[in-house]
Amino acid sequence: MDLTFGEEQDELRKVVRSFLARHSTEADVRRLAADPKGYDRVVWRRMATELGLQGIAIPEAYGGSGFGYAELGIVFEETGRALLCAPYFAIVALAAEALLRCADEAARLAYLPGIASGDTMATLALTEADGRWDEQGIRLNASKTAGSWRLTGAKTYVPDGHLSDLLLVAARTPSGVSLFAVESDAPGVTRTALPTLDQTRKQAQIDFSDTPARLLGTEGAAWPAIERTLATASVLLAAEQVGGAAAALDASVAYAKIREQYGRAIGSFQGIKHKCADMLVEIESARSAAYGGLWALDAGDEAEIAIAAALAQAFCSEAFTKVAGENIQVHGGIGFTWEHPAHLYLKRAKSSEVLLGTPSYHRELLATRLGI
Amino acid sequence: MELDFGPAVRDFRDELRNWLAEHLVGEFAAHRGVGGPTDGAAWDVRLAWDRELSAGNWLGISWPREYGGRGLGLLEEIVFEYEYARANAPYRATGNALDLLGPMLLAMGSEEQKKRFLPPILAVEELWGQGFSEPGAGSDLASVRTRAERDDGGTSRSSGAESGGDWVVNGQKVWTSFGIHADWLYVLVRTDPDSQRHKGLSMLLVPADQPGVDIRPIRNLAGQDEFAEIFLSDARTGADMVVGEVGQGWRTAMGTLGIERGTTLLPQQLTFEREADALIELARERGALHDPMLRRRIVDAWISVRIMRTTNMRTVAELVAGRTPGAQSTTAKLYASMRHQQLGHLAMELAGPAGQIIGEDYELDTRQRSFLLSLAETIYGGSSEIQRNIIGEHLLGLPKDPRP
Ligand SMILES: Cc1cc2nc3c(=O)[nH]c(=O)nc-3n(C[C@H](O)[C@H](O)[C@H](O)COP(=O)(O)OP(=O)(O)OC[C@H]3O[C@@H](n4cnc5c(N)ncnc54)[C@H](O)[C@@H]3O)c2cc1C
Repeated sequence: MDLTFGEEQDELRKVVRSFLARHSTEADVRRLAADPKGYDRVVWRRMATELGLQGIAIPEAYGGSGFGYAELGIVFEETGRALLCAPYFAIVALAAEALLRCADEAARLAYLPGIASGDTMATLALTEADGRWDEQGIRLNASKTAGSWRLTGAKTYVPDGHLSDLLLVAARTPSGVSLFAVESDAPGVTRTALPTLDQTRKQAQIDFSDTPARLLGTEGAAWPAIERTLATASVLLAAEQVGGAAAALDASVAYAKIREQYGRAIGSFQGIKHKCADMLVEIESARSAAYGGLWALDAGDEAEIAIAAALAQAFCSEAFTKVAGENIQVHGGIGFTWEHPAHLYLKRAKSSEVLLGTPSYHRELLATRLGI
Repeated sequence: MELDFGPAVRDFRDELRNWLAEHLVGEFAAHRGVGGPTDGAAWDVRLAWDRELSAGNWLGISWPREYGGRGLGLLEEIVFEYEYARANAPYRATGNALDLLGPMLLAMGSEEQKKRFLPPILAVEELWGQGFSEPGAGSDLASVRTRAERDDGGTSRSSGAESGGDWVVNGQKVWTSFGIHADWLYVLVRTDPDSQRHKGLSMLLVPADQPGVDIRPIRNLAGQDEFAEIFLSDARTGADMVVGEVGQGWRTAMGTLGIERGTTLLPQQLTFEREADALIELARERGALHDPMLRRRIVDAWISVRIMRTTNMRTVAELVAGRTPGAQSTTAKLYASMRHQQLGHLAMELAGPAGQIIGEDYELDTRQRSFLLSLAETIYGGSSEIQRNIIGEHLLGLPKDPRP
């Protein structure tokens, strides 16, 4: 197992960072945050064609480039740093992962190449009105009539559900939780964008009314695959959170060097310097939590993945929120304005904190998985 | 997560595991888990254990053979620390010389110094104390006032035959860990009387067994005579006992502190993990696992030790890959010391009133000792506040604190 990054991985990070520095500037983020679609089609296309980011960890057999989770984690760290507005998380961390895990080769061959090429927009529709991420939270009903599956009910808080062509829907059948694929233009599908506090990541409600759906894998046996998908997504989200936190600290440090009070740069006061130092301690610790998860994923050790993923989400969620909040504090009044980007990070932190279940939920998952 | 660096190291690891299984028995086994960088408990047993290790050729694994080392690499050194900690062997009593002075001499010492001092360190024949701090110079180490002056006619017994004179040392050092056991001291002294701050300092090796050196134990809050104050009155040492250049002592000291803040964390973290496991066991016994508040804190404690482990592994992996360790190698000390204290508080809370009862003569159990001694971890090797300054100024590039 490799616990550090190598030169090629450093190079990947550099390339992604410089791409995003050009295409996900603060102005871009603000423009796309205000845009109902919430992403830039041209940039999305270039991410796929020039950098291959959508398919980076998708195996070559399905049209991807077959890199590991370490590489994917690097990309997420960078998209988090740049606050990229795009359905990248929904598609790569949730939908592609769900397809990879769902024990349905035909579905993988059908859908993954489109995801890898950037053509297919997809997401995982899991949560319902109570926002639960556990198995019991899945109540949407799937029934079989005349040999074909149909869904009726609603999913909500679906990441980037407003623009997804392909919906991977967790639903309940008499034998348990199953995963279905639904094309968004199927009969009876209504997608409604939800106005979000964090405008950099969109959510939607999706209603199904007697909608035909394609069963993926075995009926009633989908939960382990979904759980594993969520574990992977937790680690990737953690990496994204680390990147966001690092950007927030960078902003604080840059400001602390130039902003003067009492005739001195505020960064020379320990009240501020120590705050920044604590932010870095938090970030480096979060990095360990996230990287530990990435390495576990690449090593493929299932027990370790379950633990590392819950740990990463519990820790990195809070770390990002803490750092994003301190960033506003370091900036004083200016940090509390709409014009300053500090709130964009705070809001992303807050929405990420609950995106896959709250830190408390993940702590409990961890406790259970550790046998505590 | 396991460290695995391939077959060659695996043989080394297996050899070590076997050796530990054979030798960590009897009285030594009874002192498993005892000790820490500043724990004076069970000194004699631990010293005997160090000698056992020495006899087994397990000290100075990466040191050159000509100085009594084993001539292996950093990898083996790291594997040793992990296996050692995994076996829960007693903390090495002579860690100070092995982990701090030794590397300092290897990096900056003269050939004569290496030949003279390294073998007895590895043989556990000479024990060392670190004399950096003074009553007026703790965090602000650059303000040390202990002075050393040349006496060109002197012939200190520490000098080589024709060393050409002595250093005469006057001043006071304090908080010297295991100072009462020291045969030798490495002290930071001012060799240029007119100098200011970190200019004009030198690192001197001074024999402790001489009339000019008076070492008095100071009782720490755990009731141990672990550290000491040292009065130097016309103490003498040879002219050739300066490590590095005269006037360059600050560099030497900072190098040593860098090592102290870095490597000593590696074995420590496995001890912390063991404490976290014990804490979970204790909570289970007490039926406390279902208390949601405690449960949360227990999980947080577990998260902390796991993060310490991954952080250390990142650093180790970077070192092994020949990369410069990242920021985490500097933030690790602050994180570990703070989180270890939280772990200790939680363990004491879980133990409840039973944790408040001790043995005769203020004899503490492992948990009590570990908790009390954890209060030093945010002070020694640079306090948490100083760590934050270092992180702020050196890693983040923030403006310096006002300094005289
Ligand atoms: C158990 C133990 C073992 C030790 N072993 C050794 C040893 O073997 N050899 C040796 O030489 N030394 C040793 N030390 C000494 C140790 O290095 C010092 O105690 C430490 O550097 C702090 O110095 P001080 O005690 O003088 O406290 P002070 O420097 O007086 O600090 C007091 C308080 O003020 C804070 N403070 C000081 N300066 C600043 C600043 N600039 N900004 C913000 N806050 C500040 C500190 O963080 C601390 O909270 C040991 C200490 C302990 C506790």
